[in-house]
Amino acid sequence: MSQTSALRLHVPEPKARPGEATDFSGLVIPAAGVLKRPPIDEPDHSMRDYAFGMIRVLDEAGAAVGEWDPKLTPEMLKAGLRYMLTTRTYDERMMRVQRQGKTSFYMKCTGEEAVAVAQAMALDRGDMLFPSYRQQGLLIAREHSLVDMMCQVYNNTKDRLKGRQLPVMYSSKDSGFFSISGNLGTQFPQAVGWAMASAIKGDTRIAASWVGDGTTAEADFHYALTFATVYQAPVVLNVVNNQWAISTFQGFAGGEQTTFAARAIGYGLPGLRVDGNDFLAVYAATKWAADRARNNLGPTLIELYTYRAAPHSTSDDPSAYRPDDEFKRWPLGDPIERLKQHMERIGIWSEAEHTALLAQVDDDVRAAQKEAEGYGTLGVKPASAASMFEDVYKDVPQHLIRQRQELGV
Amino acid sequence: MATMNMIQAINSAMDVMLERDRGTVVFGEDVGYFGGVFRCTAGLQKKYGKERVFDAPIAEGGILATAIGMGVYGLRPVVEIQFADYIYPAFDQLVSEAARLRYRSGGEFWAPITVRSPCGGGIFGGQTHSQSPEAVFTHVCGLKTVIPSNPVDAKGLLIAAIEDDDPVVFFEPKRIYNGPFEGYHDRPLVPWSKHPLGEVPDGYYRIELGKAAIVREGAAVTVLAYGTMVHVAQAGAAEAGVDAEIIDLRTLVPLDIDCIVASVKKTGRCVIVHEATKTSGFGAELMAQVQELCFAHLEAPIVRVTGWDTPYPHAFEWEYFPGPDRVKRALLKVMEG
Repeated sequence: MSQTSALRLHVPEPKARPGEATDFSGLVIPAAGVLKRPPIDEPDHSMRDYAFGMIRVLDEAGAAVGEWDPKLTPEMLKAGLRYMLTTRTYDERMMRVQRQGKTSFYMKCTGEEAVAVAQAMALDRGDMLFPSYRQQGLLIAREHSLVDMMCQVYNNTKDRLKGRQLPVMYSSKDSGFFSISGNLGTQFPQAVGWAMASAIKGDTRIAASWVGDGTTAEADFHYALTFATVYQAPVVLNVVNNQWAISTFQGFAGGEQTTFAARAIGYGLPGLRVDGNDFLAVYAATKWAADRARNNLGPTLIELYTYRAAPHSTSDDPSAYRPDDEFKRWPLGDPIERLKQHMERIGIWSEAEHTALLAQVDDDVRAAQKEAEGYGTLGVKPASAASMFEDVYKDVPQHLIRQRQELGV
Repeated sequence: MATMNMIQAINSAMDVMLERDRGTVVFGEDVGYFGGVFRCTAGLQKKYGKERVFDAPIAEGGILATAIGMGVYGLRPVVEIQFADYIYPAFDQLVSEAARLRYRSGGEFWAPITVRSPCGGGIFGGQTHSQSPEAVFTHVCGLKTVIPSNPVDAKGLLIAAIEDDDPVVFFEPKRIYNGPFEGYHDRPLVPWSKHPLGEVPDGYYRIELGKAAIVREGAAVTVLAYGTMVHVAQAGAAEAGVDAEIIDLRTLVPLDIDCIVASVKKTGRCVIVHEATKTSGFGAELMAQVQELCFAHLEAPIVRVTGWDTPYPHAFEWEYFPGPDRVKRALLKVMEG
């Protein structure tokens, strides 16, 4: 075909800007329960539909339908709801303390709670987690101390990271939660390396990692998928597609042309696209991928389709670039409301119990805050300034001893 | 004792560590079945199995990232970046991740990785197979940077690097893999078998990181050098007929500043020689520290002999390479001062 017009550059544009109403009619949401649950040894090449469809268990009426229903016990469902509510309440409280000047910075995961909470519950306690900065639900679902998390956010005297990290960049060896990096995506191939090591040593533990839709554009995403497929590493790689990377919508990572789950196809991995606001679907897909990895059947890429209801961070104002009410109109709803609806429908939950749980969670978070603030808030020194010269190397080298002396500490 | 060139000594260090520590793994581009483009890993996969010595995809960033993950798990990865010129895609993983992990996690996580990479020119490698990027890494807190100049040091330093719990960048000057090149490209290379430091102890031994070696004692001037330039400096000093004290730094970070200061205070003069480009090269750091700590003892301005601030030009390799004649002229200049 000969050229008939001048070339032009396509610059992606989201469906709506502030003041406009987002038209979600082009968003295809398959019905819950449509996709079958394949055996964990299903070859990747016969699973390509899973990258373009959407694994969904909860239907509009709150019923769990189809083969992917993980059939969780009432205790598991109640625990999941409690962890999600705790995460949301914790986030709201930390956002408030940032506004009060008690810390410099905070990042909420509102609207995405099902992702981290259901995934932590689907993985084994010994599995190693390589998160990004919006998976605080992993720590909460692993019952990590809220006080300890808050002490990091406050950089106070009990901050185990000794005041070195921006708030929310948690790290906990005990909870199998890898140190969060502010450089996006670096943890994705590191998780693959950890999983390779587990395989080299004949261990039974697997690794899991998380990046956002925007970060799939980084080279680290490609490294992770390449090494994962080459060595068939026992790892679950998750893309949390929350639609927004600060102010750029997922189109700037290539989301207009295809799905993020479909990236897996080029690497010869199963790619599962999952309703990220459906607690049961997230749990079931993660369990499937984890079982596959644990049985030497290789890695899986999971796209968790969700919506970032929160600002990117306390430094961000989303009203400058997207409609304010987009989350309220989000077709996949609120993950907490959807699980609650399901639990009420199957008769294990009531409005009264929910109100009581909310009150209890609120009390727990307030009590944790009170204790954490007893150890100080932003501005209190977490330790002697001499500590800033430690841990650069295992042993403090001579030139750092001299620099410490120069500082006079 | 066995006669070894630097390739064999480096191979022996990895062999010793693979044998001693089940956590040691070796990987990189072409290092597995084939044994590396410079043959540094020859025979190791056959001896230790392909789960511990294996080939990697052509993805330096992925090699570093997976090595970090393995280090966090508890292994001791030794990775090869085929040429130092190829290390830049791994820069973020080295600088933002490996170097800072212990610090940012409050000491809970660390990555005891060793990154081996052939550096330097003089092999007609052109601008993408000749670079000496050590100063790019010495600028990064949390990394250690090592450059050996002979087989005995290469083995002992590499074992110490692998055993070190901090990330170590281990540059191997490829021009001296086979013999102590003095910068005379038009003369036949003397092999390591003819050099005393080609007699390498068998089995396990360490040379501690952060300890320089005085390779020639002298009273007139201190010459600071590392890697290939240790041999070039000796040739240059002989040409100049100057009683130079030549120090092989061996490790740039941590730096054996006490050894340097003691020597400069004794001689009162200092010449710094490296193959890397001049501006913000490691020589600038050496010059600053010598000036800070020895100013009252200096009898002449410090002089640097370095590569020019250009890419490494293929056809003008020997005009670029800082050879013995340039060292000689620098020594004579500093003696006049």
